[in-house]
Amino acid sequence: MSWETVIGLEIHVQLKTKSKIFSGSAVDFGQDPNTNASAIDLAMPGTLPVVNAEAMRMATRFGLAIDATINQKSVFERKNYFYPDLPKGYQTTQLAEPIVGPGIVTIQLENGTSKDVRIHHAHLEEDAGKSLHEDFHGMSGIDLNRAGTPLIEIVSEPDMRTPEEAIAFLRQIHAIITYLDISDGEMSQGSMRCDANVSVRPMGQEELGTRTELKNINSFRFVERAINVEVERQIDLIEDGGKVVQETRLYDADKNETRSMRSKEVANDYRYFPCPDLLPVVLSDEFVQAERESLPELPVAKQARFVNEHGLSAYDASVLTQNRETADYFETAAKTCGDSKLAANWVTVELAALLNKNDLGISDCPISAENLGQMIQRIKDGSISGKIAKTVFEAMWNGEGSADEIIEAKGLKQVSDSGAIEAMVDEVLAANSQQVDNYRNAAPDKQPKMLGFFVGQVMKISKGQANPGEVNRILKEKL
Amino acid sequence: MSLERTDIEKLALLARINISDSESQQVTERIGAVLNLVDQLQAQDTEGVEPMAHPMDATQILRADEVTESNDRENLMSNAPATEEGLFLVPKVIE
Repeated sequence: MSWETVIGLEIHVQLKTKSKIFSGSAVDFGQDPNTNASAIDLAMPGTLPVVNAEAMRMATRFGLAIDATINQKSVFERKNYFYPDLPKGYQTTQLAEPIVGPGIVTIQLENGTSKDVRIHHAHLEEDAGKSLHEDFHGMSGIDLNRAGTPLIEIVSEPDMRTPEEAIAFLRQIHAIITYLDISDGEMSQGSMRCDANVSVRPMGQEELGTRTELKNINSFRFVERAINVEVERQIDLIEDGGKVVQETRLYDADKNETRSMRSKEVANDYRYFPCPDLLPVVLSDEFVQAERESLPELPVAKQARFVNEHGLSAYDASVLTQNRETADYFETAAKTCGDSKLAANWVTVELAALLNKNDLGISDCPISAENLGQMIQRIKDGSISGKIAKTVFEAMWNGEGSADEIIEAKGLKQVSDSGAIEAMVDEVLAANSQQVDNYRNAAPDKQPKMLGFFVGQVMKISKGQANPGEVNRILKEKL
Repeated sequence: MSLERTDIEKLALLARINISDSESQQVTERIGAVLNLVDQLQAQDTEGVEPMAHPMDATQILRADEVTESNDRENLMSNAPATEEGLFLVPKVIE
């Protein structure tokens, strides 16, 4: 039987506010434990929360960016459960009336097609603290610096059918939140976290299968691996006559397996109710309108513009718009050299490979966009060949100066002077008289292929600097 | 609504409250009385009535995003039963 995978994602995004969602403590990572935890964050008796306006604003902007309904009246509720890194005994969150209602995220797939993924809703809530389970004499250590950090939880509909779609969705969310500058979206730092709801059903069946929720997926790569391994487990289970149990499972990256987090405890019963400490939050029409008007150009719009204005493929456009810095870098390079396609190629291939190899982001790139643009310009105007460009590119990466400086200093300028090339051609022909005879006696349809040998020899003595077009022309003339 | 002893045991577990056998009967009766009141409320026709999130007819005042708290760890930790390296220590919570 063939099976269809159904995936929905829940993504937690930490907002880049200066202070916490309900207190004036700093949101600042990497500090000594419990130094950014105030009486409110610690749930000391008598303390009361006050909502951070910036958190509301950021959540509103996210909602507007995915074309969602903004609930101008939203209500905070208490989700009750006991865990030591949750000092109040409840998480303040939203349930019945979240700030962001249904919306749409368009994802771009590698085969050039796009797909709309529906967003069920997104709500504001507070993050919990951290529990450290290393050995503290058989006890656990609690750091509440993170407690109260504002989060939006984005809940998708089960609209994805492959792990690739799930990753494309996650990347699109990442692009949106970084374009909006509401989060740094670093999965490795936990500022963007992903849970996946996964189920399988026989191909063609309408009804959804029983889902499991996968936790602990902390990188784009693990999303794919965790989903694949869980889908395999569910299919094997069903085909062996078993049943999938609705439960939470933990992905173990080392063993590449998922395992049940089921404990002897009774099923979760969060007993949500509206938080009596917080009144409903009401946003004015003017506020929402002002936020709508001040949205930056978003990834989807930028992608479309890169296709229309720069003539790029949909896929290249989606790669280049995954973050705002890369998009800006490309546009600067394209503007400098006047050739968008060449610029897109250099940015997505050569530059991306070097950045990747050195584990650097585009903002740490040692080659400025202007310098890359200038180098591409030199390819276009015939000053250097594409091959020599790679030498220039590496020298720029190593900080040896701008493209023009390097071409000058290393004497890399392409030789187009026909006198100089003629001399080199003569030298090659003289040294290879046997090949010259063979060429002259060969059938005309064989000759173009044989010409390659002579071109190669001339390029060799010119150290790659002879203009290949000129070399070809002169060779044909002399032969 | 009548409450069973098992309901009280489940509630006690969720609330992390230890209720002894001798208290169990009394607690069942008292919570049962509260639920009777809730039953009366439930019996009212609320068709067309918007759910109320808060009894006050007011909306939340928002705070500007500013850091107003500074590190007060020593003071805030002073009555914690166990601490180490700036962490609160609690009974081990992982299985």
